[in-house]
Amino acid sequence: MAGSTLVSPTASAQARAAGRKHVSPWREAWRRFRRHRLAVVSVVVLGLMVLLVLFGPLIWRVPVNEIDFSAKLQGPSWQHPLGTDDLGQDLLARMLYGGRISLAVGLAAMTVAILVGVVIGAIAGISRGGVDAALMWLTDLFLSLPQLPLLLLVIYLFRDKLKDIAGPEFGMFVLIVIVIGGFRWMPVARLVRAQFFSLREKEFVEAARALGASTPRLVVRHILPNALGPVIVAGTIDVAAAIIAESTLSFLGLGFPPDIPTWGRILFDAKDNIDFAPHWVLAPGIAIFLAVLTINFIGDGLRDALDPRKVM
Amino acid sequence: MNEKELRGLIDDVKIGKLSRRSFVSRMVALGLTAPLASQMLTYAGVAQAQTKSTYKPTKRGGGGALKVLWWQGATLLNPHFAVGTKDQEGSRIFYEPLAGWDPNGNLVPMLAAEIPNLEDGTLAKDGMSVTWKLKKNVVWHDGKPFTADDCVFTWEYARDPATATYTISTYQEVTVEKIDSHTIRVKFQKPTPFWADAFVGTRGMIIPKHLFEAYKGAASRDAPTNLKPVGTGPYKFVDFKPGDMVRGELNPNYHEPNRPYFDTIEMKGGGDAVSAARAVIQTGEYDYAWNMQVEDEILLRMEKGGKGRAEITQGGNIEYIAVNFTDPWTEVDGERASIKTKHPSLSDPAVRQALALLVDRKSVQEHIYGRTGVATGNFVNGPERFRSPNTKWEFNIEKANQVLEEAGWKRGTDGIRAKDGKKLKFVYQTSINAPRQKTQAIVKQACQKAGIDLELKSVTASVFFSSDVANPDTYTKFFCDIEMYTTTMVQPDPEQFMLQFLTVEVATKENKWQGRNITRWRNEEYDKLHRAGQGELDPVKRAALFIKMNDMVCNDNAVIPVVYRPRVAAISTKLQASISGWDNDLWNLRDWYRDA
Amino acid sequence: MTHYLLRRLIIAIPSLLGISIVLFTVLALAPGDPFDELATNPAVPPEVRAALRAKFGLDDPVYLRYLHWLTAMLQGDWGFSFASRVDADTLILQRLPTTLFVIGSAQILSLLIALPVGVYAATRPYSIFDQIANTLAFVGFSLPTFFTGLLFILVFSIYLDWLPFVYSDVTATGWRWYWEHLRQALMPIAVLGLFQGASMTRYVRSSVLDMIRLDHVTTARSKGLPEGTVVVKHVVRNAMIPVVTLVALQMPIVFGGAIVTEQIFRIPGIGSLLISAILANDTPVIMAVTFVFACLVIFFNLIADVLYGWLDPRIAYR
Repeated sequence: MAGSTLVSPTASAQARAAGRKHVSPWREAWRRFRRHRLAVVSVVVLGLMVLLVLFGPLIWRVPVNEIDFSAKLQGPSWQHPLGTDDLGQDLLARMLYGGRISLAVGLAAMTVAILVGVVIGAIAGISRGGVDAALMWLTDLFLSLPQLPLLLLVIYLFRDKLKDIAGPEFGMFVLIVIVIGGFRWMPVARLVRAQFFSLREKEFVEAARALGASTPRLVVRHILPNALGPVIVAGTIDVAAAIIAESTLSFLGLGFPPDIPTWGRILFDAKDNIDFAPHWVLAPGIAIFLAVLTINFIGDGLRDALDPRKVM
Repeated sequence: MNEKELRGLIDDVKIGKLSRRSFVSRMVALGLTAPLASQMLTYAGVAQAQTKSTYKPTKRGGGGALKVLWWQGATLLNPHFAVGTKDQEGSRIFYEPLAGWDPNGNLVPMLAAEIPNLEDGTLAKDGMSVTWKLKKNVVWHDGKPFTADDCVFTWEYARDPATATYTISTYQEVTVEKIDSHTIRVKFQKPTPFWADAFVGTRGMIIPKHLFEAYKGAASRDAPTNLKPVGTGPYKFVDFKPGDMVRGELNPNYHEPNRPYFDTIEMKGGGDAVSAARAVIQTGEYDYAWNMQVEDEILLRMEKGGKGRAEITQGGNIEYIAVNFTDPWTEVDGERASIKTKHPSLSDPAVRQALALLVDRKSVQEHIYGRTGVATGNFVNGPERFRSPNTKWEFNIEKANQVLEEAGWKRGTDGIRAKDGKKLKFVYQTSINAPRQKTQAIVKQACQKAGIDLELKSVTASVFFSSDVANPDTYTKFFCDIEMYTTTMVQPDPEQFMLQFLTVEVATKENKWQGRNITRWRNEEYDKLHRAGQGELDPVKRAALFIKMNDMVCNDNAVIPVVYRPRVAAISTKLQASISGWDNDLWNLRDWYRDA
Repeated sequence: MTHYLLRRLIIAIPSLLGISIVLFTVLALAPGDPFDELATNPAVPPEVRAALRAKFGLDDPVYLRYLHWLTAMLQGDWGFSFASRVDADTLILQRLPTTLFVIGSAQILSLLIALPVGVYAATRPYSIFDQIANTLAFVGFSLPTFFTGLLFILVFSIYLDWLPFVYSDVTATGWRWYWEHLRQALMPIAVLGLFQGASMTRYVRSSVLDMIRLDHVTTARSKGLPEGTVVVKHVVRNAMIPVVTLVALQMPIVFGGAIVTEQIFRIPGIGSLLISAILANDTPVIMAVTFVFACLVIFFNLIADVLYGWLDPRIAYR
């Protein structure tokens, strides 16, 4: 039972960690991260994916929107390594081109959701009372808002303004990231808050408090690292959700123009042809899966690296 | 095609040189409607074809359940509130009009004993009235007899602005009087060439007086019969869940012998078109599915299973690109695309011609729409010998380049043509819908090769087709250079359809963009022709006028037609159903049956 | 505790009011008009639309419409659908049983998968079982339901021809009624349940893993308690806090429905009611559904807050 917990957090580990802190906390974290082999492999794979979508189009110079009806719905070949879609457009070129947007949107929206969620959850979790009630009201409000009308409203109010300020592509990107992130932070906030409720009563926090640690220090150094578990899971789920959400947004006229082949979009376009052109759905499906997988392992590795309790 | 040629054709039909059917299809190709074509023949004294019923079952019932899929479910079952086709179809299971339109544009009596005609004078020679004889011994589902009073009441109900029916325009201008218990006369205020509107087809379903009487006018929204219809149709109401399910059962007192065949009917709503096609064509779970907006390739692959097929019915829908004649990028008196401006480049006929040359309709048909969209260069796209040389379409990038070059639009360093500092850069908008985005891509590619830069924009359909005054992205505002959508000719008569090029109909801020003229194309002669068409009693002369109007719009490239879009339904191989492009899909539900 | 509950319940009333104001404003400002179709139909004169707008009170200023809605709501009148000309609560009640059955079963399925798999995987981290469970979970939430739904239809309805994929009224009677219902609900429940189960498994595994490393667990182990008891009593109970949070977040959805899955299988649930109401700009229905949804959000989050204290008695309510 939690109430019967007797010992304070592994004193020895803390002492060891404290001892190394004088050497270099970052090197220590890096050492811990390296120990997580899958995390290291994932960094390499994700890095490769990023490089591919950044520089791939410079090497694979087939235009993304070259229509060739004579080559439609072809399976993989030397000419089209990933095959073609129903307009005979080269899928590899499209995947590479769209990957920039999908990866950027996925990562950025995830970051927004996690950051907002962690900040709101942490503040609510540590401060209780009125602040907690107000922040949870905000969370409940966002949870109950129907997304579609709100999205249409956002498009209508801000699309053209943002286009004027930030240019059509970047303005759209910012808007998408804010919209997707803005609709996904609530579970994170509630998870973090719940973790805080439990953690702030734990002995090691009491101990740190007794030693005179300030509240911000308590939160950042002691409570937050222990609350990160669910946050990392939420992060990986959010990446996948954001990549898919981007494609649904373009149906509302909020996403990038529909002729820009993002991964979610390719997957959606391909779905009705799945029975006779399976190659078409395979490419975006695997790409999204890989992105999710690697980000998750990196998250795991990061937690291990930052978790003061974990002994390695 | 002028009046004389039309008359020649009609004579051909009279002496049997030309079949009635091919006459009608030629008229449809000329941009007219089948009902109008059929009306011309009637007027010229060619007897209305007797549509032979192919109904085989010899007893009522015994057919089991008929299951139909409507991927947009009916939301209410009052035919006079039924704005969307989904609601009209749901109502049509239970209600009937006096007559319906068959696929060839012939009137088929439903609750009428016969179709009014000139010979026996039921159709007035001066075009001022029409007399309908009603079928006797028809009873409502609750057992009350159907009489002339119900027709008169339907008229009173629909014409009352407080009731707020969508059929009001059909009934407002006419007066209906009861001659005897089974005869009514519809009187017009002025000679009316198109008389078969009130009590006919989609807008003509008749409602029972005894149940709606208390709910006329402002109380109309509270009528329980809005959701629990009591009609005269082949099936009786059982259950209705808005947006999801309409269920009916065999009407044992139906007024046609041996009908209906099915014991129950179930109209399921929701989902998407592709999976509806799968449920009919691939698995056979359902017998019929409406409005298959599915790529033909997918339909063709599904059909290989042999359980069902796509049924394609000619109608009057055209997918076209509208060209903006005003400048959408300049504000005049706080209004974009104001009628006081002129589009900087699209007002040049050469640019419009080049655009028309750059639409690769053949590829659009072959690779996107297939059987569900037939390439057309014009509203007027008849067989070879009627096609005027000025209105034929072609796809020719070189010629487009040449036309632009000659008109002084020279390529700049970026490859985009310009003249006097005005670049050929256009925003091309449409609603979000897979085939439309593909068409956009095809047009964009061709334009690139001719030095025209297109920015593609797509707007979610619920915004694009809305009338929201505050939203800049609606199709009636047309705040961009070119836009593409399907214009539907749901009315069996082209008069209303052709309103969309009248000067008085221009969509402006003043009329809250409610005007029908979206392109803001203006032409005095056209306006004059349309006025003439409204009062012209001789259907042949009238048809010639409409053809001429069509030519004017098309030759000036005010619109660039892309494909004809026939109605497509999915139908199980065994189901026998006649679908008409000029009426509801369920217009002849009474004759539906399943082959053993 | 009672004091805390009471206080929270009292706070809930103004916060619901606040939410309803925001909801109403968003809906009022969002683009669209319930009588659009009338406006784009050339055969309908504008007066009809004007008459309808007046009949449904659409021309009043927003705050008046809100007050009108609020007073009606307080009297138990949920509003009148523009599109169907029927009371909004009738529409909702028509669809409630199906939604509760399908979405509820999916939630239960997801928990039935997530709890054992997550806990077992966490007690043996990086074992083969853990690796396989993780990979499947990643596949599970990387693939959107519009995709898995279609895949299921192709395999089970079209190739194998085992299950129907249109969720419809069942006309059979007796035991066949249950059987038919089950058959048509199987695929949607599986699609939704697996999707949610996948992410839930990850959460369960992660929080159990966090707990298992804590020293009180080590202590319990060193006291010689059997492993099973340790896991269930000392680990799982504490690890349930994030799970309870998530389940509380999911519960309102059992009412609100799942739009995509409902669309694919044509389930007449509240999700599809909401989406068609939104597309038709049928504000009273949208408002009724979202308001009930908001009440449930607040209610279940409150329950979660209470449960935290039960799971970890040291959490103090102040």
